[in-house]
Amino acid sequence: MIDNRNMAEQPCCPSCSCSPQIKDDQARVKITDKPWIERYASTPVGEIPVVRTELLLSDRLGIYRARWSGWRAKFRVAPGLYAVGNPDTESPVFVTANYKMSFDRLRSELGGIDGWIMVLDTRGINVWCAAGKGTFGTDEIVGRIEAVGLDKIVSKKKLILPQLGAPGVSAHKVKERSGFKIRYGPVKAKDLPAFLKAGNRATPEMRRVTFNMWERAVLIPNDIVQNFKYLFFTAIAFLILSGFGSGIYSPGRVITYGIPSVILLSIAYLAGMILPQLFLPYIPGRSFSAKGAWIGALAAVIACWFLYNNQIINSYFGMASWLFIIPAITSFIFMNFTGVSTYTSLSGVVKEMKTAIPVQIASAVIGIGLWITGLFV
Amino acid sequence: MPQLQYLPNVSTLKLDAEKCNGCGMCAIVCPHAVFAIEKRRARITDVDSCMECGACAENCPEEAIYVKSGVGCAYAVLAGRLRGTEADCGCGVEEESESSQSCCS
Repeated sequence: MIDNRNMAEQPCCPSCSCSPQIKDDQARVKITDKPWIERYASTPVGEIPVVRTELLLSDRLGIYRARWSGWRAKFRVAPGLYAVGNPDTESPVFVTANYKMSFDRLRSELGGIDGWIMVLDTRGINVWCAAGKGTFGTDEIVGRIEAVGLDKIVSKKKLILPQLGAPGVSAHKVKERSGFKIRYGPVKAKDLPAFLKAGNRATPEMRRVTFNMWERAVLIPNDIVQNFKYLFFTAIAFLILSGFGSGIYSPGRVITYGIPSVILLSIAYLAGMILPQLFLPYIPGRSFSAKGAWIGALAAVIACWFLYNNQIINSYFGMASWLFIIPAITSFIFMNFTGVSTYTSLSGVVKEMKTAIPVQIASAVIGIGLWITGLFV
Repeated sequence: MPQLQYLPNVSTLKLDAEKCNGCGMCAIVCPHAVFAIEKRRARITDVDSCMECGACAENCPEEAIYVKSGVGCAYAVLAGRLRGTEADCGCGVEEESESSQSCCS
């Protein structure tokens, strides 16, 4: 679903030169439009925006909005150079992506620190995903150093990069091509103050990616919202089809057979989108498709039992069909969660899909076969 | 909480210890602590934690590390198969055009 890897072969402006444009963009920006800019500081390369290190309500609302909708594609800042505090030629240079959430996470940890922030053009994609694509990469860093005139700003040729930028960056090649030495900071911006305090050293914990329940939970809303259209159209299809069967088109069966089907379909959708994400480490199996299937089977049994006991559903075929369809759906949905997880490898995903996809298809076909049979008995 | 571990014995990660100069970059950039530096040589200590992100290989100045890096994303694998390309997440496609607009307008 949302791993943002789409290798962009061309620079963002095939026909024009980006860099001068970016300075213009920054200069044109009014502080009132960007409340996170505190003031401008004059430097040897011109006016540089000094940004706040505390997040305003508008910044927080932006982050919230980005979590809930596809609007996050527009949640970006202009690439270029920014400042925090009162930096001079000795101050550290932090590098980040132009996804505003990445930028905000960084600056909000730099309270009381004088430094420069060099924002790369990652097309609004976060550091890790952009590094995987190569847009947060060696070429972009070398080009950006030149574009902003970084060697006129600082005397020590050093950059501090987020560790998760490393898949796209060759530190030794950046050094070769630009003279700037890269120091990889911690995985999370929140560890930056401790990293700086320790003389640019990260503890082993700061170097490890985590995937705790909260980190998984924040990914859920976007997935539910983004994929809702699939649920909607499938539900409509089930409703319409449920009227067919023995005899002429039966609106009565749309109610007795179609509505419970839509309820069960929605349960499958929500169960697959929420439960395995939250309880990931506690569900048996290592493959995501297996974990999704377990949750689906459990959800299917409980839901059918409940609907049967409350006489909302009374067709045995109808019930049996969902015992196959729901696990197929949840398995497929959660298999796609590999994309946003922080520990799955491509080789592993390919391997799991070889088994999972045929099983999911078989289960869905059996389920739909039973469901159709239920229309006639 | 139990440790999160993905499928074992799948990673394509290889280290040629002969070429290693002991600089330690692989251990620094790895987000899953797959490497250890012992006696000025890197060693793979936990290959099953490798997620094939490619950071180690990219930052190895001696080119002593090989990994077929890629994104561990089922959607990307599916999309790649359908388009007949490598695993490639379609996410961000629409914004590509937008982005060039905003940058070049």
